[in-house]
Amino acid sequence: MAKKILLENDHIEGIRYYDTYRKNGGYRAAEKAFKMSPADIVEEVKKSGLRGRGGAGFPTGMKWSFLAKPEGVPRHLVCNADESEPGTFKDRYLMEFHPHLFIEGLLISSFALGSNATYVYIRGEYAWIPDILEQAIAEAKNNGWLGKNILGSGFDCEIYVHRGAGAYICGEETALIESLEGKRGNPRMKPPFPAIQGVWMRPTVVNNVETLAAVVPIINLGGDEYAKIGVGKSTGTKLLSVCGNVNKPGVYEIDMTCTVEEFIYSDEYCGGIPKGRKLKACIPGGSSVPILPANLLLKTAKGEARYMNYESLSDGGFATGSMMGSGGFIVLDDAQCVVRHTMTLARFYNHESCGQCSPCREGTGWMYKILKNLEYGKGKMSDIDLLWDIQRRIEGNTICPLGDAAAWPVAAAIRHFRDEFEWHVNNPEESQTRNFGLAHYADPIHVPASA
Amino acid sequence: MSETPKFKVTIDNISIDVPAGTTILNAARMIGGDVTPPAMCYYSKLKDSGGKCRTCLVEVSKGSEKDPRPMPKLVASCRTTVMDGMEVKNITSPKVVDARKGIVEFLLLNHPLDCPVCDQAGECDLQNLSYEHGSEATRYEFKRRTFEKEDIGPYISLHMNRCIMCFRCVFTADQLTEKREHGILERGDHAQISTMLNKSLDNDFIGNVIDVCPVGALTDKTFRFKNRVWFTKPVDAHRDCPTCSGKARLWMRGEEVFRVTARKDQWGEVEDWICNDCRFHKKETKDWVIEGPSKISRSSVIAQGHYQGNVGTAPTPVLIDKVIGKQPKYTLDIHSISDVNRPEIDLSKIDGPAHSNDFK
Ligand SMILES: Cc1cc2nc3c(=O)[nH]c(=O)nc-3n(C[C@H](O)[C@H](O)[C@H](O)COP(=O)(O)O)c2cc1C
Ligand code: SF4
Ligand code: SF4
Ligand code: FES
Repeated sequence: MAKKILLENDHIEGIRYYDTYRKNGGYRAAEKAFKMSPADIVEEVKKSGLRGRGGAGFPTGMKWSFLAKPEGVPRHLVCNADESEPGTFKDRYLMEFHPHLFIEGLLISSFALGSNATYVYIRGEYAWIPDILEQAIAEAKNNGWLGKNILGSGFDCEIYVHRGAGAYICGEETALIESLEGKRGNPRMKPPFPAIQGVWMRPTVVNNVETLAAVVPIINLGGDEYAKIGVGKSTGTKLLSVCGNVNKPGVYEIDMTCTVEEFIYSDEYCGGIPKGRKLKACIPGGSSVPILPANLLLKTAKGEARYMNYESLSDGGFATGSMMGSGGFIVLDDAQCVVRHTMTLARFYNHESCGQCSPCREGTGWMYKILKNLEYGKGKMSDIDLLWDIQRRIEGNTICPLGDAAAWPVAAAIRHFRDEFEWHVNNPEESQTRNFGLAHYADPIHVPASA
Repeated sequence: MSETPKFKVTIDNISIDVPAGTTILNAARMIGGDVTPPAMCYYSKLKDSGGKCRTCLVEVSKGSEKDPRPMPKLVASCRTTVMDGMEVKNITSPKVVDARKGIVEFLLLNHPLDCPVCDQAGECDLQNLSYEHGSEATRYEFKRRTFEKEDIGPYISLHMNRCIMCFRCVFTADQLTEKREHGILERGDHAQISTMLNKSLDNDFIGNVIDVCPVGALTDKTFRFKNRVWFTKPVDAHRDCPTCSGKARLWMRGEEVFRVTARKDQWGEVEDWICNDCRFHKKETKDWVIEGPSKISRSSVIAQGHYQGNVGTAPTPVLIDKVIGKQPKYTLDIHSISDVNRPEIDLSKIDGPAHSNDFK
């Protein structure tokens, strides 16, 4: 049984209400934290090795230590609850079922960073969750955990929930800041970074929901103990949201020590592929990360088993690896079409581009149109190379990483599934009635013996 | 100011000392010539402009003396400040040349091929850009994006299909006028300039959006279709204006003033903003004190030598061919709606500014 520290109390009825949460050890970490100095809390988070759970995996303790502290200027903690990446729905689970764990994490982090006004920017489509959060915030406030002079420490803190209006781009931290300020959600040019000039040009830390929730067990256990969970630079536990062709889709907490194979096939997690079908491909970390065929998913190019952690998932770089990303684990069985799937993602990025910079504004729509032709049997062989060329010229040349996020899925699909694209071109009619199938995508890869 | 330290930066193997805080693009402009990256959205007179079009991308092959590591990605030179000892590659970097070619292709992707009927033709930054940095042909095989035509009043014409989303007009309205009343609606490839631009026309300075627009998306309605720019001759003139500097450029043919714009410098940027009154209402020679012919230093058909000897054939095909890679389909024959563009008259043989009498 894997270790659970975030969803430890998942089975307890009513854990989403204050009394139950408190009776089961809730706000113990906050009590402990208020006896520490803010600098010591930052130190514990550094020791824990916690990496941001929003996608980029940046060490949280380091991010916190970059926060500028000019005299007389307020600082802010902003929680990124925009969770709009296709395939990712773990933050929703935390906020919906464990709101107090989340608020406790927000509180400790606000104290550590000196944020008297903390904001939760939540995606508009999560229409019912702000009510849950606001109720929990009111409960916490009634019990003295928010408001003025918390626990007699002299520290004041309010948490405000701010709804987005339905734009994926507002999950990008600087677009989120613009939107929070009431402006159009266009990503900002960096520098300046939010740690120096963020919301209202004040020093700001933006963290994901899960990142901030993880601060609770870090304080409870101590940074060193937390760092013992997991392996290498993948410390602690990670929430994964699983969808697609598995028997048991849902949200799972893993301690990053199991293999990808175990994760997909064991009954503790996904429970295997339904209807006796076979695993064809998987996007292990949300729609932006590279798709992998079954063989490269389960084993690295060196022939070693691939594990569910940051390092192992990215083993091989983009050539033969992928990324942990935001933990949206999307599984495709042998009845799925990679061309169609890539087209769907391209449509998403086309729809979500903010339109500020030319490569992303123009390139995402172009890729979608070409993919549509390929999928519907109207593609040409040269279209595949053209797609490659377009994604190559978007990647790295844009203001924000949405351009890269749009380019990578296309690049990976062509890199690993080129013959499926070619089959669509060569069989325009057949491709409209059946799919390419598993082909050789699960065959063992030949690993040359090292000298 | 004298205390600002100087940084040494090397761009395409040419070194220059510039004050700390200077952007790579501005350092390159100080050197001048080919090392200067093209800029479609940056405008030195507009705060916060730049960073969007990505045509000015350059490679930083050495970060600084202190930290010589190269930068992992190409950077927007208009928004990246120099460091001491920085080394930058513009046209000497194959990566930059390739990326820029891509950017030009992206910018032209949905741009209508209506140069023959566009008022900006001949002084269009996009035309010039594609001429210098683009490819021969487009690989785009889909229908180009179109927007519904919006009437924004009697002075300015908005042709959204041609917009490249440089945001310059938004910054102009924001920074030059008291209340900005237009902006960007929607997002992604259907983002558009819209809303109440006509209302802000009441403002004395809104006409400047015409001059900052790098393409033919915002043009002067009081000039539209009256003439092609290369048939008019620019002269610098001034008048005593209570609202603005009164320093303007008149586009004349004979004694007629066809259009009034601000004067532009060698980077195509306005030198002094002019007010709406000077721009739209002072169209007679007697309104102005004429200083003399303007120096056109920027690469454009106005100055590129295409001005002469083109007569007898249609005036632009050489250029248009380079720009869009194929002969455009004319949506209308300019000669059928205007009698000022008589191809049989050789402008280069006319002494001084052409006059409507020359076309009788
Ligand atoms: C287009 C785009 C969308 C993003 N969406 C989210 C999101 O929904 N939630 C999130 O936590 N981070 C998202 N991110 C990452 C954030 O920019 C930022 O890195 C993150 O919130 C930092 O938090 P962390 O350090 O705790 O991971 C997105 C990034 C991009 C480029
Ligand atoms: S990359 Fe796309 S989403 Fe990001 S700033 Fe540019 S246009 Fe907007
Ligand atoms: S209308 Fe012209 S100035 Fe305004 S954003 Fe479009 S191209 Fe730029
Ligand atoms: S001029 Fe630098 S990005 Fe447009």
